[in-house]
Amino acid sequence: MVKKSLLARNNDLANTERQMEILSNGIFANGELPTFAKKIKETNQFPLRPKKLEILQINLGYMCNQVCAHCHVDAGPDRKEIMTQDTMRQCLEVIEKTEAHTLDLTGGAPEMNPHFRWFVEEASKAGIKDFIVRSNLTIIRANKKYHDLPEFFKKYNVHVVSSMPHWTRGKTDKQRGSGVFDKSIKALQELNAVGYGMPNSDLKLDLVYNPSGAYLPGDQMALENDFKKALKEDFQIEFNSLFAITNLPISRFLDYLIASENYEDYMFALVEAYNPTAVQNVMCTNTLSVSWDGWLYDCDFNQMLNLKVNSKVKHISDYNEDLLQNRNIIINQHCYGCTAGAGSSCQGVVA
Amino acid sequence: MSKTYYDPADLRKFGNISDWNKELGDSFFEYYGKVFEEGSLTAREKSLIALAVSHTEQCPYCIDAYTKDGLQRGITKEEMMEAVHVGAAIKSGATLVHGVQMMNKVNKLEM
Repeated sequence: MVKKSLLARNNDLANTERQMEILSNGIFANGELPTFAKKIKETNQFPLRPKKLEILQINLGYMCNQVCAHCHVDAGPDRKEIMTQDTMRQCLEVIEKTEAHTLDLTGGAPEMNPHFRWFVEEASKAGIKDFIVRSNLTIIRANKKYHDLPEFFKKYNVHVVSSMPHWTRGKTDKQRGSGVFDKSIKALQELNAVGYGMPNSDLKLDLVYNPSGAYLPGDQMALENDFKKALKEDFQIEFNSLFAITNLPISRFLDYLIASENYEDYMFALVEAYNPTAVQNVMCTNTLSVSWDGWLYDCDFNQMLNLKVNSKVKHISDYNEDLLQNRNIIINQHCYGCTAGAGSSCQGVVA
Repeated sequence: MSKTYYDPADLRKFGNISDWNKELGDSFFEYYGKVFEEGSLTAREKSLIALAVSHTEQCPYCIDAYTKDGLQRGITKEEMMEAVHVGAAIKSGATLVHGVQMMNKVNKLEM
């Protein structure tokens, strides 16, 4: 079981340049598989360009109470990168003038940022109506100071999106750490108790499913039905939708793919499942990602690969939406993860 | 030729079968795709049947493919093992039920 981040383990892959090297060499350099750029050129979708900006996704820090085996952020308790209140103020200035209607808060565990609640309150005053918090669930049970999070979420009508790899204890704990399943179940019941995910309630609770291994997610609807049936029967839990998300071959998941000798097969599977229709709606076309230190990226994955936006404006302090919207999105082979099958984004399938 | 009869990388070349006879190859893959669609049986049930049959056929490609397919569908390893036992039970039962033939023959031949 993983206990520390790649960074704390001094793993080679904590170096983003090394990850880029792996993604550009081997089967992609020798022509066995086409590069992503070549693939989207086939359908005249190169260069990839943003559409209307809808979502501002802000990463409040890489600190997390969990160390999930597949984490693309390489998050964990040993990560100290946390957004400061100053950077949050810069984000708030942008929130006041942006076209984006949704604020998507992620991490790490975003709730572990000491200014998390202040930031939600201020963003609410600044006019944000649609909040998403990507909560790992166990944080609610991790410490007394987090026990009232469901009430806090409810107060600001935060849309809670939570990871849940399976409806069984074994598969969940293997991916996310021992004891995670029981704590997640308890947290879901508490969210239900304040009205989250309940029929006829406005409080939205969605679950995120990532495969716990070197395979692609199955049909989102079928998985949602299985999750709903099992969680209801076993634990009387209700939720709204399930988002099936493909694991992208970066960071800890890339490390796992290589160590388990699944890397090549996985890349073949992604390329084989390539769906040009999904390219039209990949999340980088309607989302901007902001890192804990205020840098701007096309998506959270590019953030983790340290691929800043291809624009004169690269930092939240220089934010200019018109300039930013007129950019080419930076792509590489990891992008195949968002275009496989029905596609994958932070909001689930896209095609 | 490779040094072994089976190479895992050959599985992803399955589609190439059509290269040397497009009509039959395409018909097969169309039929194959239809068989596994949601029908009176769910796609999930069909995946488990396919896994059991993969074992009785002892087809390494099929075992590879339908183990992965099961995982993608959220099928648990306990469910997969039960399906394999169904195949194994039919296989061993099929062997054993021929014991009746042996018994018949003994009874016929012995005075």
